[in-house]
Amino acid sequence: MCGIAGIIYRDGSQHPIGDEMTRMLQSMKHRGPDSTGYALYGSPENGNLIMRYKLADANTARDFEFEDRLHRHRFEVESRLAALGARIHEVEEETPYAFRVSFAYDGDLKLLADFVEDIPEAEVLSLGRTLEIVKDLGDAETVHEQYGLSSFTGTHAIGHVRMATESEVDIAGAHPYWAYPYSDVAVVHNGQLTNYFMWRRRLERAGRRFMSECDSEIIAVYLAQEMSEGATLEEAMRTSLDELDGVFTYIAVTKDELGVAKDELAAKPLVLYESEDLVAIASEEIAIRAILEREIDTYDPYEREVLVWQR
Amino acid sequence: MAAVGKRRITYDARGLAEPFADVPKISEIDGERARFDAKELTTRTINLELRWLLYEMGVKEVEIDNPGSRHSLGVGILTRCKITFNGSLGYFGCGLIDGPEIHITGRVGWSACENMMSGVVVVDGNAGSLTGAALRGGDLVVKGRVGARSGVDQKGGTIIILGSAGSMTGFMMQRGRIVICGDVGPGLGDSMYDGTIYVAGKVASLGIDCVPGEWTDADTELLERKFRIYGLGSPPEFQKLVCGKQLYNYDSLEPAEKKLVI
Repeated sequence: MCGIAGIIYRDGSQHPIGDEMTRMLQSMKHRGPDSTGYALYGSPENGNLIMRYKLADANTARDFEFEDRLHRHRFEVESRLAALGARIHEVEEETPYAFRVSFAYDGDLKLLADFVEDIPEAEVLSLGRTLEIVKDLGDAETVHEQYGLSSFTGTHAIGHVRMATESEVDIAGAHPYWAYPYSDVAVVHNGQLTNYFMWRRRLERAGRRFMSECDSEIIAVYLAQEMSEGATLEEAMRTSLDELDGVFTYIAVTKDELGVAKDELAAKPLVLYESEDLVAIASEEIAIRAILEREIDTYDPYEREVLVWQR
Repeated sequence: MAAVGKRRITYDARGLAEPFADVPKISEIDGERARFDAKELTTRTINLELRWLLYEMGVKEVEIDNPGSRHSLGVGILTRCKITFNGSLGYFGCGLIDGPEIHITGRVGWSACENMMSGVVVVDGNAGSLTGAALRGGDLVVKGRVGARSGVDQKGGTIIILGSAGSMTGFMMQRGRIVICGDVGPGLGDSMYDGTIYVAGKVASLGIDCVPGEWTDADTELLERKFRIYGLGSPPEFQKLVCGKQLYNYDSLEPAEKKLVI
């Protein structure tokens, strides 16, 4: 089933979006209790890049060498970053297996991501100047607490609660997906894509990598491919309506835009609230009401609609 | 930790929400009228309170404040009464009802009034997809717009939509009427068996076997009567759409009956 949510402050002002997204996602826990994910856009840190990566899962078997291996792999990531000329500013260890690194770097992002992911079990969850993807098993409150999101302020965010239907329950299968190797783009999706393998083969031939078996990862990588060829987010989303097959409602975000697309059957729900200073969207109105206490006017967009808002 | 999840809900091993909840009994009752604030209640306790008022306290008119878009409110009410929700409902609102007159001042989510048997539901705002799915009888009036597949599998009753409607409206409808004052999305009345659809706005495309029908005085009378009852002014000009019956190629006899005939 899955639940998706998004929020963007149109004037670009900073808000406690970590807290707000948690309230939205927690109210939709019944739509998917397997894992929860956030893509949050904070304020830029003096032009530093922020990379979120993980070296294991919460449910990876803990053998005798587990901690030793984590330690070695973490050291390897940092030394590889340094080898590429990145100057590491700060490393935060949020869980024993998931890390946040900020560093100064102006080279090729694909090269950097590939070099890091070459380390066994390493996966880059997000890479960008303002984007940070946080995802883990459990409900929104669990992930919120684990990753200390209450201090996170920013301009826009998307989130996802997952009920796994076609791939594993692990961090790689959780949303949001980063649009590898395009910085600051992320996607959450509710639905099923039926031409997944066709697109996966096509995009793999174009040099994109896939970290999971989850069909939703296609959307992020597809948008990255289109945008790297010069399309805007909205153009890429419009062509996706014809090129992706299946039932879907997905939300895509860039550093200053938030867009939503619905398939031609309008099979997956979406409720939209739009005001002068804020746009909030979610699978159920109850999620929007979790952050707006008052009575509000909302509506459901129709089939084949693509809507994009700027901050 | 912020004020996350103020309302704690418990589930039993079968997944039933709050199996041992008590009726809150917080309503202000004034003869046959009652009113309560649902802000601090859970879905289950709101429904328990409502049923307690209607079935045990002899209340005929209930007003509920702050429904807060929660799902499954006002379901399965099988008695004649008046209910007003001051606010919006979530999914499955007022489903499986038989008899009540319900007024919702906000909007409703997906599958509102599913399988309603009789009664009246008036929604002041918009409605989600699958509004009035498998409706059996009664009137459902939505003053805003509705999502996709409204009146899917409708088996009776009347759905009146003042705004526009999404794709596949009246999909597989079998009886009853859908009145749409605005525009309609593609696939209107796809694979309908019977029933009538009236549209005042533009139709994006008709579904399979949905064809224009012949207008009669009975249609004019019906629309004028319904618009008068709900105070909607004089009806606009409608086009009438019905089933073309080109898909009627199934056998009406059961296999056992067929043997007897042959």
